[in-house]
Amino acid sequence: MPELTINLKNMTEEIIISGFGGQGVLSMGKIIAYAGIMEDKQVSWMPAYGPEQRGGTANVTVIISDDTICSPILNEFDTAIVLNQPSLDRFEPLVKPGGTIIYDSYGIITPPRRADVTVYCINAMEEAAKMSNAKVFNMLLLGGLLKVRPIATVDDVVRGLRKALPERHHNLIPMNEEAVRRGMDIIRKMN
Amino acid sequence: MTREDIIKQENKVAGRPSLMNDMPMHYCPGCSHGVVHKIVAELIDEMNLQDKTIGICPVGCAVFAYRYLDIDWVEAAHGRAPACASALNRLWPEHLVFTYQGDGDLGCIGTAETIHALNRGENITIIFINNAIYGMTGGQMAPTTLMGQKTATCPYGREADLHGYPLHMTDIAATLEGTAYVSRQAVDTVAHIRAAKRAIRKAFENSLAKKGSNLVEIVATCSSGWKLTPAKANEWMAENMLPYYPLGDLKDKA
Amino acid sequence: MKGNNEQDVVLLKGNEAIAKAAYRYGYDAFFGYPITPQSEVLETLAIDKPWETTGMVVLQAESEVASINMVYAAGASGKCSMTSSSSPGVALMQEGISFMAGCGIPGLIVSVGRGGPGLGTIQPGQADYNQAVYGGGNGDYHCIVLAPASVQEMADFMGLAKELMFKWRAVVIILSDGAIGQMMEKVVLPPYQPRRTDEEIRQQCPWATNGLGLPGRKSNIMTSLEMDAPAMEQLNLAMERKYAQIQQEEVRCECIETDDADYVVVAYGISARIAQSAVQRLRKEGVKVGMLRPITLWPFPEQQLQQLGAQCKAILTVEASQGQMVRDVRMAVEGRCPVHFYGRSGGMIPSPTEVYDKLRAIIQ
Repeated sequence: MPELTINLKNMTEEIIISGFGGQGVLSMGKIIAYAGIMEDKQVSWMPAYGPEQRGGTANVTVIISDDTICSPILNEFDTAIVLNQPSLDRFEPLVKPGGTIIYDSYGIITPPRRADVTVYCINAMEEAAKMSNAKVFNMLLLGGLLKVRPIATVDDVVRGLRKALPERHHNLIPMNEEAVRRGMDIIRKMN
Repeated sequence: MTREDIIKQENKVAGRPSLMNDMPMHYCPGCSHGVVHKIVAELIDEMNLQDKTIGICPVGCAVFAYRYLDIDWVEAAHGRAPACASALNRLWPEHLVFTYQGDGDLGCIGTAETIHALNRGENITIIFINNAIYGMTGGQMAPTTLMGQKTATCPYGREADLHGYPLHMTDIAATLEGTAYVSRQAVDTVAHIRAAKRAIRKAFENSLAKKGSNLVEIVATCSSGWKLTPAKANEWMAENMLPYYPLGDLKDKA
Repeated sequence: MKGNNEQDVVLLKGNEAIAKAAYRYGYDAFFGYPITPQSEVLETLAIDKPWETTGMVVLQAESEVASINMVYAAGASGKCSMTSSSSPGVALMQEGISFMAGCGIPGLIVSVGRGGPGLGTIQPGQADYNQAVYGGGNGDYHCIVLAPASVQEMADFMGLAKELMFKWRAVVIILSDGAIGQMMEKVVLPPYQPRRTDEEIRQQCPWATNGLGLPGRKSNIMTSLEMDAPAMEQLNLAMERKYAQIQQEEVRCECIETDDADYVVVAYGISARIAQSAVQRLRKEGVKVGMLRPITLWPFPEQQLQQLGAQCKAILTVEASQGQMVRDVRMAVEGRCPVHFYGRSGGMIPSPTEVYDKLRAIIQ
């Protein structure tokens, strides 16, 4: 049991997603939060905001919980999704023992070394290129996350997208769903 | 005509407008404010707008304008009258909203609010009293103080190197797309008073017709600040201010 | 979705919740100027276009100075209006806030704090407690200060602010911070309330400067100017009586597990959320720790703190500042127990672990 999580009735998942601005980090966090809402869970989404949004590193803390969420700002995480080396360097030490690190090998030169966490790799950048659609990159990652940390179902994600996206973009949902399912297939355990 | 006939109501040719109460004015003898107040009161009376008018007082000598006209008034912070008027115009679109501001209020501390309210084309009227001096605080330099003019804070006369140049706010207003009507008037003669009233009426009508922003500058006297008698102040104004701030319409979109 | 009406539960940033709650609660106007980290308030209003639905006026002003004076005039005329800004922008508004207080003009300022002083940083801060509670404007006055600690409270306090500003003819400040403003949480938005009609405004605000009812009443004049000093003193005394009544009637706070607490954390806004994590961790470890979260920063929950001061061994105040509210806590506790402080500032925020460690150090 992670030390800092509180009153665990059922589950609390504290996630950090970190990468470059423009990689869809913040919107991926939002979709996770929406999926959590579909499961009637408490959610919080706390971005690092400001100039960081504009091309620098971007990160967002997402918490999904059956309980009231106290602090939306964390200094330890259950799961870190890291998309570049600076993000890995910063957040690898902050994952709780027994936690999870997911990385995309495209942006990582030195993979995670910790033995007390489960490490997964997902070549989402490469897969998005194969699919000739850079925009599904974050949905591939999301699929990978849901495969190894089943905090919500693909159905929740689809319903969440329906709620989050304006109706004119609903035609994009099947493509995103496919990417989520593809992400579930391509994630690999590394340790 | 007997004396009794003369004082009959139907034979009255001039008088105090009904909206002007009998509170003694604090203005100095010879000051232009009283005349302009009367014009405003007459127009609101004549246009039957008492329940549809919101006036906004400045900081300056006209800070107490609200004492003399029986309409609803908001006293603005120094320079902020056009911001107040903008809000009231948006929230009470069928009302006549006007500000009554001096040169320091409008052309110095409130320059930003003035220009932006006019540029947004707020359906308001700004009455701009330009007497080239800060009257209320005791005769300091104003943005419209003439070159060479002596004031308490430029006692040796305004100099470009030290103080910069007089600001032509009305001319600036005329260049803004949001303004419908921009005019410069005076109230030193009967003819000028009548012209000023016509100008303010047009401004009020434009405001009510939602034609955009309206600014009427009144080139005014400040006998106390200028340290002149009322009659001399009128002469000084005609000789010195009117050449620099010539009277007439600067812009009339209609 | 389980349990909830899908229509009403939404995921929103705190700033977005402020905007959406504004037109749902029937606010008449928003006047504001962009500044990080609160620009989403005006942006959301611009997207949602409430002027087409409720008739709410939305105007991007030329400055914070203009914004607050627009709120001033709108409130003077009996309308329910608001602005929002962040630290340096709220600093610019202080003159207008003092004028509003001096006239008894209702209005709302949403202050989404960042680290200061000066331009400071755009990251979250709580160093504007003094600015909101003690005021940067001139004269003896108070604003009612509400401190939301969640996105839901950002929405809910918009309704409370509307009620309080007219009940007391007072300036209400919602003192938030960049974290609550930028974070997203689930929110249940309030149902639409119609804006008040002219007749309702006339009934509720007979003092308002809008011409309604003229002739047939005295003209209404909204001014804070009174040249006669004895008369001005009387106005100040009348304001003091009003403030005393507000202190009697409007104190709000949340007490979490304080009944048997040996140690109590006092924190508001984002710091309360963070501190609560530490409190829960200590509770699980068997330590009797509780938390008092002031919801109104003015009026301040003095009596509640007096009682806790007599009951517990120590109090810890946590803020994202170098220590501003802690002075009010100490004044309320009056030495009944030690009052400790932990804070980060300049855009840094205390972490749950830091608060836990500080509490552990106090307990030992």
